[in-house]
Amino acid sequence: MNIPSDLLFATTHEWIRPAGEKSTVGISDHAQHELTDVVYVELPTVGTRVETGQQVCVVESVKAASDIYSPASGTVEAVNEALSADPSLINSDPYGAGWIFKLSLSNPAELQTLKSPTTYEAQLKGE
Amino acid sequence: MVEFGGWWMPVQYHGIIQEHHAVRKAAGLFDISHMGEIFVSGHGAAAFLNRILTNDINRLRVGDGQYTLLLNPVGGVIDDLLCYRIEEERFLLVVNASMIESDVAWILSQNHDDVFIENGSQNWAGIAIQGPQSESILSRATTSSNPLPARNRIAPFKFQEGPLLVARTGYTGEDGFELFCPSTAAAPLWQQLLSIGEPLGLACCGLGCRDTLRLEMGFPLNGSDLSPERTPLEAGLGAFVRLEKGPFIGSEILSSQKATGPRVKLCGLVMEGKTPPPRPHYPVLHKGEVVGETCSGSLSPSLEIGIAMAYLPTEIAFPGNHLEIDIRGRRYPAITSKRPLYQPASLSELKKA
Repeated sequence: MNIPSDLLFATTHEWIRPAGEKSTVGISDHAQHELTDVVYVELPTVGTRVETGQQVCVVESVKAASDIYSPASGTVEAVNEALSADPSLINSDPYGAGWIFKLSLSNPAELQTLKSPTTYEAQLKGE
Repeated sequence: MVEFGGWWMPVQYHGIIQEHHAVRKAAGLFDISHMGEIFVSGHGAAAFLNRILTNDINRLRVGDGQYTLLLNPVGGVIDDLLCYRIEEERFLLVVNASMIESDVAWILSQNHDDVFIENGSQNWAGIAIQGPQSESILSRATTSSNPLPARNRIAPFKFQEGPLLVARTGYTGEDGFELFCPSTAAAPLWQQLLSIGEPLGLACCGLGCRDTLRLEMGFPLNGSDLSPERTPLEAGLGAFVRLEKGPFIGSEILSSQKATGPRVKLCGLVMEGKTPPPRPHYPVLHKGEVVGETCSGSLSPSLEIGIAMAYLPTEIAFPGNHLEIDIRGRRYPAITSKRPLYQPASLSELKKA
């Protein structure tokens, strides 16, 4: 299972790459594998203010619709429009071209509550 | 892996869409051992089955199979199944996994004749090979000089000295076969088919694409599209209901429903344009009013568009009617469409031949 070392993870399988104004958010390799082929992404609206754990968008596979929760509080600064044309980027490159939205953090201290790659890996082993 | 009718089964091996296309373009291999095999035999078997099933058993010669339904006394669907006449007085019923116990209990409770009923589900395994390359793959796997059966027929073969029933039926709309063998023979049979078939594009297929393939054909799934509250006439399965054969369980209700016309009909729906895929239990609207809900729904990998089925009032259930489906509070346009929603190539070729 691919778990990059520069990311933080939520228990609900979202990742965040902290970078101040524009932290990038997506879903983990494990999550895309469990979802199966992603066929539709309902992106959040730019400018929306979100809280940690708030449902922000929906990723749909052939099998099911899954809610995506924000791993941190802040404002949605950008969304990955490429996913509208090619939702399968989430499957093929979950940590790169398959990113979902960018967030400016309103409370960066919250990031300490997220999981390190090692703890996230331990969570997956326990599931 | 998911729990399905008491079995642990894979949703996918490599990917639902990839497996779906393999079946439409080459071939797919499905483990259908979860399906139930019930053998009904004896002098009175044909008459007994004609009294509990909707189709006419007397239309079956030895080696023929037919799609048919088991109804409750009010004409609602207990289960849909395939019935094969494997000998003059011996029939094989292939039923849904989740319904095996209740089907067997119901069939036993109706048996006042001298008919022998044997639930072989624990001892028999099933493998389906479906898609345009199926015949070519299977013919290389069977050493027998006997030809493979024609569409909707079943024939006895041997595999590793044991029995192998080969039926040319399936749940995908493609040409293909359903193979039934003792459970000990299933793994070697699977391996043999896979090693012969892989160079020809044969892929292992899970439950995920089994559902998208059947939905493109508009084939109902019991528990989603069929229920004890719905009759086969409402489900658009009138072709498998033979009222003229004489009375059977549920026939009185069906006769009167046929005379008045069913109040609702199961309709195919195709989304218009790019929308989230429809799923079961989404509200369906006509002129702003909720008129029903989807019972099955998915993205169609072949059409690359959302498709669904819903019971709708008969007066609006004609093909080409414009409706809306409510997906998470937003309404998306859909159009009613004749089933099948997708026309597979391999079976049309078979019908022409």
